[in-house]
Amino acid sequence: MLDSPDNYRIEYRSVGKQFVNIQSTGNHDEFIIAVKEVDLAVRDGEVVSLIGPSGCGKSTLLNMGSGLYQPSAGDIYVDEERVDRPNAHVGFMLQKDLLLAWRTIRKNIEFGLEIQGVPAIIRNERSSELLEKCRLSGFEEHYPHQLSGGMRQRAALARTLAADPSVLLLDEPFSALDAQTKMILQQDLAETLAAEKKTALFITHDLAESVALSDRVFVMSQRPGTIIEEIDIDLPLRENPLARRHDWQKDVAVYVTRLMELLHVGELASEVEI
Amino acid sequence: MSDQTKAKPNGIQGGIGASIAVAVVFLIGWEWGPGFFNIPPYIIPPASSVYFEFFHAIEKENLFFHTGITLLETIAGFIIGSLMGMIIGYILGISPKAEFVFSPYILALQIAPKVAFAPLFVVWFGFTVYPKILVAVLIVFFPIMVNVLGAIRTVDPDMVNLARTFNATRWQIFKMIEFRDAMPPLFSGLRIGATLAIIGVAVGEMVGGSEGLGAVLIFGGGSGNTALTFVAIIMLTVVGILAYVAVVLVEKRVLHYLPRSEFNSI
Ligand SMILES: Nc1ncnc2c1ncn2[C@@H]1O[C@H](COP(=O)(O)OP(=O)(O)OP(=O)(O)O)[C@@H](O)[C@H]1O
Ligand SMILES: [Mg+2]
Repeated sequence: MLDSPDNYRIEYRSVGKQFVNIQSTGNHDEFIIAVKEVDLAVRDGEVVSLIGPSGCGKSTLLNMGSGLYQPSAGDIYVDEERVDRPNAHVGFMLQKDLLLAWRTIRKNIEFGLEIQGVPAIIRNERSSELLEKCRLSGFEEHYPHQLSGGMRQRAALARTLAADPSVLLLDEPFSALDAQTKMILQQDLAETLAAEKKTALFITHDLAESVALSDRVFVMSQRPGTIIEEIDIDLPLRENPLARRHDWQKDVAVYVTRLMELLHVGELASEVEI
Repeated sequence: MSDQTKAKPNGIQGGIGASIAVAVVFLIGWEWGPGFFNIPPYIIPPASSVYFEFFHAIEKENLFFHTGITLLETIAGFIIGSLMGMIIGYILGISPKAEFVFSPYILALQIAPKVAFAPLFVVWFGFTVYPKILVAVLIVFFPIMVNVLGAIRTVDPDMVNLARTFNATRWQIFKMIEFRDAMPPLFSGLRIGATLAIIGVAVGEMVGGSEGLGAVLIFGGGSGNTALTFVAIIMLTVVGILAYVAVVLVEKRVLHYLPRSEFNSI
């Protein structure tokens, strides 16, 4: 495997982050250490999931990767450039679709390009292409409230892809969707990522989703969060998660069980038992 | 069960019918009620005498001239007050520091009854249109500023972050997100402002000068022509409704992208 650093699209080097504790009193700590000593690298074209207990700092890691805020310790590199502010290499997508209610779907997809000053003709070409690819043709002149949750999230993905980022950072993009819509969107995303050869770092709480969609899974500890395990998913069909789930059911189940053990899901469940 | 299938159109027609019935009962009560209770016409003139006074006032008192003056002052006060409310609201919304510095003074001004400034403005500007416009400006300013300020403050920070991940400048964030996101609350403020502008103008006219519906109102009251004061009140209401409807029409155009249910029909 090529593992020279220049093959990394995004790389976290001993990254730490602490926040000022707002409720800080005499007997509380002055800082909340969200994450510490995180080393993590994603190779070109790879899709990597990040899982961990709630509040362990996953979103914090992604926000730092997108340049929204700075690490307190360590550095993050995207395409070998140190990330010190938001930049066009990184695309960002959240659980909320964040579509702008006053823009049509087409205008929403073009939002990032418009900010970056891309001329209207090129914007239009690009959005037409993505409307097609994200199966939103016919809805370009609709407003967000006229679309279903799944379609809105597809539009958000199209908006992220429109700026042609080399790394996608996805923070639980499907967790607000119903089970069926979610599987369809996972399929869409996996196909798109494979077809466009995009690199992605993907946060999820759905263990099966992480196994179905990724090449590798990083497991984080409770806060202060750090990477406790890195698991290679040695299964084919990353571009087709439905088939992966179906044809490799047993292996997927084994990986999921392994992840459950690492996250102590069983023990936590028995603790809260009545 | 054929009753039920027709229930809806019948319901609406019934509603309109009931509204008209209320108007008829009201007019009948107004016309014959005062006589029935022995209330003299200089206290409550019957509906018909107000109706005739309306035509009389058009000829003898130049009613439409005064209405026009009031309408123009209302429009001027409303537009200037809204623009100032918007500008200050945006600035304070974007700069927490500015809000911190100015908020005590703004609060004090907001609590002060603005119409009480009317006599002072007359002293400053004489019997011109300016004191009237100025009172309207003061009254209109606050609800709009408060709504805009609150709306800018509550813009979803994730939305701003989204723009930031595309490397948006501060101006782009304002123009493409904050300004647009604050539109619906802005229009609620403009609706309130449209109904308040007429109050400021009427008070200004009542305090000083001989032009406008407020002056007509005072003249009618002073000369014992109660019917004329009723005419003036009705015309003031008409001007207020015109301003309000104008705002609602603009709002419907600008906020066309909102789902129907988020519209207030009134
Ligand atoms: N801006 C902030 N200021 C202060 N503390 C913060 C801030 N952002 C996050 N934190 C704290 O950092 C910790 C990690 O938060 P983060 O949102 O990264 O967790 P997460 O792993 O994404 O959780 P979840 O799975 O629930 O989304 C939390 O304890 C949170 O309270
Ligand atoms: Mg999170």
